[in-house]
Amino acid sequence: MSALRDAFLSALIALGLFVPLVGLITTTTDRGLTLTVRPIATAVLVGLVFFGRLAFLTWRRRHTGREIVQSNRAFAEALSRAGRFVAPVLLLFAIAMPFFGSRYYVDLGILVLTYVMLGWGLNIVVGLAGLLDLGYVAFYAVGAYSYALFAQHFGLGFWTCLPLAGILAALWGIMLGFPVLRLRGDYLAIVTLAFGEIIRVVLINWTSLTNGPNGISGIPRPTLFGLQFSMDGGEGTVAHFFNIEPATIQRVIFLYYVILGLALLTNWVTLRLRRLPLGRAWEALREDEVACRSLGINVTSTKLTAFAIGALFGGFAGAFFATRQAFISPESFTFIESATVLAIVVLGGLGSQLGVALAALVMIGGLELLRGFLSYLADQMHSPLFADLAGELPLYRMLIFGLALVVMMVLRPRGLVSGRTPSVALGERREIAAELVAQGRG
Amino acid sequence: MVALRAITNRVCALAYALQQLINGVTLGMIYGLIAVGYTMVYGIIGMINFAHGDIFMVGAFLSLIALLGLAMIGLTWVPVALALALIFAAAIAALYGWTVERVAYRPLRGSFRLAPLISAIGMSITLQNYVQVSQGARVKPLAAVLPGGVQLMEQDGFTVQLSWMQIAIVIVTIVILGIFTWLVTRTPLGRTMRACEQDLKMASLLGIDTDRTISLTFVIGAALAAVAGFMFLLYYGVIDFYIGFIAGVKAFTAAVLGGIGSLPGAVLGGLLIGLIEVFWSAYFSVEYKDVAAFSILVVALIFLPTGILGRAEVEKV
Repeated sequence: MSALRDAFLSALIALGLFVPLVGLITTTTDRGLTLTVRPIATAVLVGLVFFGRLAFLTWRRRHTGREIVQSNRAFAEALSRAGRFVAPVLLLFAIAMPFFGSRYYVDLGILVLTYVMLGWGLNIVVGLAGLLDLGYVAFYAVGAYSYALFAQHFGLGFWTCLPLAGILAALWGIMLGFPVLRLRGDYLAIVTLAFGEIIRVVLINWTSLTNGPNGISGIPRPTLFGLQFSMDGGEGTVAHFFNIEPATIQRVIFLYYVILGLALLTNWVTLRLRRLPLGRAWEALREDEVACRSLGINVTSTKLTAFAIGALFGGFAGAFFATRQAFISPESFTFIESATVLAIVVLGGLGSQLGVALAALVMIGGLELLRGFLSYLADQMHSPLFADLAGELPLYRMLIFGLALVVMMVLRPRGLVSGRTPSVALGERREIAAELVAQGRG
Repeated sequence: MVALRAITNRVCALAYALQQLINGVTLGMIYGLIAVGYTMVYGIIGMINFAHGDIFMVGAFLSLIALLGLAMIGLTWVPVALALALIFAAAIAALYGWTVERVAYRPLRGSFRLAPLISAIGMSITLQNYVQVSQGARVKPLAAVLPGGVQLMEQDGFTVQLSWMQIAIVIVTIVILGIFTWLVTRTPLGRTMRACEQDLKMASLLGIDTDRTISLTFVIGAALAAVAGFMFLLYYGVIDFYIGFIAGVKAFTAAVLGGIGSLPGAVLGGLLIGLIEVFWSAYFSVEYKDVAAFSILVVALIFLPTGILGRAEVEKV
């Protein structure tokens, strides 16, 4: 009975929330704005809240808090045990994918891998060093624009520019790092956010250099040891060299392996760095800055290297993005990108390499697959309802994304893979549950 | 002759500067109202309520819908329509603020420190896209409700204009802030809020319902943000679903500049940010006004980490 009352109150609040913004829509007519009423959508939403709340309360009554915690822990343990098998399987799948996937899936794979790489890069800053960076997209933008501009003005190729783009982004990372060294968590987040916005505003307005909002087009594609991927099949192209029929899919597959290699490089460097004193200092810094200082760790250089190396990989990813798209504009580097990458890192469990890859797969690939599935259903069942849903899904993409972020934090604040294997341990190396890390037993 | 021109130039420049001062104060009032919400929440639970800027945007949309609805049912007496729309927007936005806290922040209290911030970012994205999906992505224009104003002075063809709208904004802000100050300093609710701000754990040990106090803080902050949104709508006449982001970051800058946790500081910071932005646009470049505001944030945090009116925070180990 009390559950019913609670659900009714929730529905009442939902009514208050949804009637003005969903029930009344402002539409533009030739006489200015008018209001139109949308009762069905409002009723559906309020009903959803009512029944959702009711279902949640009945579920909660059946399961005690202890049970939930236990099942959570069991889930985390199962996941980390499975991790040993999941990672190689995932890697094999990633390597083999272009051989059996169609063009669409290879393209999707490139997108997912770009985010995996960005996630791994940001993971160094947020996951390992514990510095919350909301302006990661700035380094991505620096990398993309450096490659585009070098290619445009000096005719340099992708492989020459890749290290340059990375180094430039790393320099920007250090430049940002210096002023914000003294700031604590939340302030740091806002300053990095502001930095990302500053870069974007400058890219929009410095038209003589960046061509402003129109962006830069005609960015050259990467070459395979000097061989171009060109459709004419003439001298000096991949098709001519290997004596095969030229096709676009060859270039797409090549790009796929480039980003796979870059992402794996990021992963490898991160894993190696974690073994070095530097990586250990990062993790120590994440857990307790004051303790770090008192143990004589140079906090300044530790933070700066985290920023620089994170930015380096952001720059690489940016150069790759520019060469894949062959066109960049400031619109690709909004705050939403930073938030997406951060969400991937957080959902992945702050510090877990496998978690980041899984989160990128779920978040970037998941919605795309859902859309594909819905349109497939629509084709199969000749139902306009599914076709409509599939068509409208991109509209709701960010909405679902934001809600998922909130729900994820509420349900599993430590991310999907929330256990941590310490890089250094006395005696046996054991997985530590996140709850215990929070209690200082890690 | 040259000297005379220099004098008239100077007078004209003075008039121009005066006009910018008026515009800056108006804008600063709006930022100040939003900044109060940031500073209150930060003071009590030490988190940046990232979705606050979007509550401001929701408030602006609610005001627009209320004004259109009132016009449709034939209520065209401007002062009453404005007052009703303001109350409606503040009430519903307060409900939004309450819901955001209840859904996204309360379950995370006591969790690790990045969790509420990330949840807040998720809430901000949700609110933005919720309004985009439900109300459309296009800009919403509104015809001027209070046209006209007083001419303060005229010099060489340049008139210093003080519009009714600007007068209304300043008066409403001062009245609202007056009520708010009374609420915080003179009422039992204000006392519990201040107690929670000083020491949340101690306050709960002394029998204060901290959850309720935090909820009410969000409700009040959201209502103030909605007032700001209402005035933003009337002042600029156009809104879209994206206004909350930039305004939110600037208002947060204002809160930091004034000293986070300090209520007069938030208003003072808001005024400063408004003035800096307007003068920067008037004398340097409009395109880089956001860069100017954000740079102020960085500079303030480096050289004045406690803000103008803030207290130095001592970290105990």
